[in-house]
Amino acid sequence: MTIGQYAKRERTMITGDCRPSIPRFVKMRHDAGRGRWILLAPERVFNPDEIAVAVLQKCDGERSVADIAAILADDYKAPADLILKDIIDMLQDLSDKGVLNAGEPTKS
Amino acid sequence: MNEVTPVEQSDVAAVDPSCARAPVGMLCELTHRCPLQCPYCSNPTDLDRVASELTTAEWQSVMRQAGELGILQVHLSGGEPTVRKDLEEILEAAVKAGLYTNLISAGVTITRERLMKFAEIGLDHVQLSIQDVDSDNADRISAYKGGLAKKIEVSQWTKEAGMALTINAPIHRQNIHNVPRMIEFAIECGAGRIEIAHVQYYAWALLNRGSLMPTRESFMTAAKQVEHAREKYKGIIVIDMVVPDYYAKFPKPCMGGWAKQILNVTPQGRVLPCHAAESITHLTFDNVKDRPLADIWLNGEAFNKYRGTEWMNETCRTCPRKEIDFGGCRCQAFALTGDATNTDPACSLSPMHEEWAKVAEVESHSTPPEFVYRRVGGAKVTVGGT
Ligand code: SF4
Ligand code: SF4
Repeated sequence: MTIGQYAKRERTMITGDCRPSIPRFVKMRHDAGRGRWILLAPERVFNPDEIAVAVLQKCDGERSVADIAAILADDYKAPADLILKDIIDMLQDLSDKGVLNAGEPTKS
Repeated sequence: MNEVTPVEQSDVAAVDPSCARAPVGMLCELTHRCPLQCPYCSNPTDLDRVASELTTAEWQSVMRQAGELGILQVHLSGGEPTVRKDLEEILEAAVKAGLYTNLISAGVTITRERLMKFAEIGLDHVQLSIQDVDSDNADRISAYKGGLAKKIEVSQWTKEAGMALTINAPIHRQNIHNVPRMIEFAIECGAGRIEIAHVQYYAWALLNRGSLMPTRESFMTAAKQVEHAREKYKGIIVIDMVVPDYYAKFPKPCMGGWAKQILNVTPQGRVLPCHAAESITHLTFDNVKDRPLADIWLNGEAFNKYRGTEWMNETCRTCPRKEIDFGGCRCQAFALTGDATNTDPACSLSPMHEEWAKVAEVESHSTPPEFVYRRVGGAKVTVGGT
């Protein structure tokens, strides 16, 4: 068997146009015993804060990062460009750690 | 199986101490049987026999209890866990209990059909070990022919099924020169993560230390290569590295602290704070057949013995690093000083450190003895090569 078919060749850069989703092998759940949300990933447990949870719950592969930023800007009454920047940073970090499907817009 | 790095409590936020009572991870050695014979295997040199293994129902009960206790991740390991024909049923119980499931396998016994079935049941992550990227050398190290080709297949099936893939590369004197190629191999396989784990010298690896210990120079080279690769492959693959403590200044926080984050269940059902804990001969261990898992974790003698920092000797108790590395490894302290409460000789503050570090220096520059392969009886044989 040859390999390479699943090889990732380049770092994915998150932009406002990405439509991110959480991969099958990453699980976000509310941990009642510890009273917080957790993100379970290979050999890692993340503790997302409130905003991170709100973002990740909206990562459904349909909404774009810009859409999510707009919703959050509305919910938290905060400037959209600031929120967008924060969200991109956070999602970029998760993408680099291999726990996010970036949902890049198809390049033409 | 190979060493599992302690699950990091958190990357995103500080750990809430109130929840430190429940372990994050549970390592289940479902069996000690394995078709491979790696000379650094972390299984005890006195292997559990098949007839004494826990039954399907007993393992299923362990999974349920783990979920109730608040354990988050289960590592299904061995030996080779897939030699258990009831792995599907055990996995199913783990998934039902809400555990994040990780299969730690050498891959050679898995069929495509079975792996797809695991995925369907809900397996999240496959951690596939390789012995080397040079096929002949891999065969020689594991005393098993043609393993690498099989592992490649398993890696591709894992990706096809949408599960997470980690390549687990235990490194030592006889394959450390291939670290950059191992990373490239993992990327080609589509792995999201590679674990470059220096062999830890317990059990079989201790028997084989003279043939496994890399020189300080080759260790430093490998460390630099990893550092370079981390930059080069940022966003492509996550590289985790376990360093050999013979060349470290301070010890590792073994298991993230004794009885703090992880528990280990042996094939026979004994519950250990770490897979090597049975080497501390004066400790007694409870069995899941006799006592509930939660009770063992909270009140078991072996767990409470070195939990926290109270038990420490003066050197560690007064040290600012005591909450960082918890005084290192109890098993190593016991093996080398005869007292498990002593500072781990891996620590530069231990009076035994210098003498101990010299061992690495001397052994890594001597001609490596033949491997003592991991098998019942551990007879000396050579399989091809040099
Ligand atoms: S012999 Fe090798 S593959 Fe088998 S359990 Fe030990 S380390 Fe893992
Ligand atoms: S003295 Fe003990 S606590 Fe301090 S660094 Fe060494 S092992 Fe760790």
